[in-house]
Amino acid sequence: MAQPPRTALGQRLRALWTIRGSLDRRSYALLAGLGLVAPLLAWTLLASSGAVDRVFLPGPAQVLARLAGWWNDDALAADIGISVFRVVAGWALSVLIALPLGLYIGTYRSVQALLEPLTDFVRYMPAVAFIPLVMLWIGIDESSKVAIIFIGTFFQMVLMVAEDVRRVPMAQIEAAQTMGATRGEIVQKVIFASAKPALLDTLRITMGWAWTYLVVAELVAANSGLGYAIIKAQRFLQTDKIFAGILLIGALGLAIDQAFRLAHRAAFPWLHRRGGA
Amino acid sequence: MNAADAPVPAPLVSCRGVDKTFGRGAAATVALHKVDLEVAAGEFLTIVGASGCGKSTLLRAIGGLESVSGGQILVDGRPVSGPGVERAMVFQNYSLYPWLTVAQNIRFTRQLRAHTRERTTASVEAVLGRADALLQLMGLTGVADAYPNQLSGGMQQRVAIARAILSRPRILLMDEPFGALDAQTREVMHDLILHVSKLERSTVIFVTHDVEEAIYLGQRVVLMAPRPGRIDTLYGVPLPAAREQPMKQSPAFLELRRRILDRIRDTAGMKTDFELLQKLSRQAQEPAG
Repeated sequence: MAQPPRTALGQRLRALWTIRGSLDRRSYALLAGLGLVAPLLAWTLLASSGAVDRVFLPGPAQVLARLAGWWNDDALAADIGISVFRVVAGWALSVLIALPLGLYIGTYRSVQALLEPLTDFVRYMPAVAFIPLVMLWIGIDESSKVAIIFIGTFFQMVLMVAEDVRRVPMAQIEAAQTMGATRGEIVQKVIFASAKPALLDTLRITMGWAWTYLVVAELVAANSGLGYAIIKAQRFLQTDKIFAGILLIGALGLAIDQAFRLAHRAAFPWLHRRGGA
Repeated sequence: MNAADAPVPAPLVSCRGVDKTFGRGAAATVALHKVDLEVAAGEFLTIVGASGCGKSTLLRAIGGLESVSGGQILVDGRPVSGPGVERAMVFQNYSLYPWLTVAQNIRFTRQLRAHTRERTTASVEAVLGRADALLQLMGLTGVADAYPNQLSGGMQQRVAIARAILSRPRILLMDEPFGALDAQTREVMHDLILHVSKLERSTVIFVTHDVEEAIYLGQRVVLMAPRPGRIDTLYGVPLPAAREQPMKQSPAFLELRRRILDRIRDTAGMKTDFELLQKLSRQAQEPAG
């Protein structure tokens, strides 16, 4: 047995290590800030110490300056616009097909048997390896980039949707059956309605994956976009631009993720409201 | 009591030689074996038994959620081939819709075609009035706009019962509905369901593993036994029709409880070997070596 800590500080430190313990808002904000600022500080120090060549490790100020220049002289807004368009288009196309397909796979065993092993198989094929095929079949215009993002997200998304649907408690379905609901009514008013929060989470997570496929997609003969800019910057040894591009994609992803979380709270109030009826 | 003079009513539910086997070949388990059971209209029948005796399977088969492997289940003379609106079911838990408020849950059947074929203003109003009446009857008026996960387990089951009886089913099937509740809440729910079933004149088939609950609620208690799942004994409950909590202390109640518990122990095939237990504890007390 550990000795009980004698000082107030000791007690507070000990509280931080309670398994699944609670944390007040201030401490949370403090720790979150620390987690974000510490790497930034380490980066600044390392870059300004001169231990690493500026060409390979630009400092934060240099990256910011590059970002400003990119915005002013190099049409950063257009790059962001086209990249967001590609990500959202590829992802939305996935959603459009994966949602109904996953709903059927998760609801009917027969559809599951028909499609799930196939999907499982395709999902392990690397999306990147499809690039040559996509270029041959679709060409090098906008649709090929959308196609790569689609291939990267779709197969995972189908399986996740199916799993969300399978998690709907059987008692909810059987209750509807004993109330005389038809098959269609159960799928629509119980299964889909019940799985909605999980589905929105799946959409949020797959949106993140769509962003990771952006750079890959913009390898395909693109001449615009954030991924393309990163690849081009490598050719000219513009490390600061690579940094700027990567950080920008991270920030955009984070913003979209937060938007999804907000939408979740707004759309499903019963999940976020507890006690005190 | 002059039950002898009354004409014997035709049973509302009758199970005739019902068999149910899960799985095939060597892995097959017989959940129900030649089950014969008749339930009269207006009866409150409880089913008890050790786990694995098939009591839930039988209830689900009557509800049409489980197909039978042999024999037949008739409701009002017609064979059961699937779920139907005249047989409502209350589950132990997780059956409420968490995205709907209490009032919306109770009115859920109004969204279903099966219940809205004759859509006259009068019928709609009647249902809405009934939903309000049920909210009141179940003591849910204050929480009508709350979501299920804001309620206690007992309150949630009140909602489940109200939802099940909204469209006046002839038969109410209850699958251990109070199994997850604490003892005090359960007692309150017992008196509530007795009151409601009398008011609604419903036929109730109630599955439980709690013998006391089975006796207190049931006019008859069916004892089922496992391996294979079958009906072992039917007990008439020698208590007045209007049940009150003190009856649980009456000699008749306690005697029946003892008989049923003994019989469950005999049929469960899991008798405690007291001699072995004593031997083991002696060994544990002796010094090692």
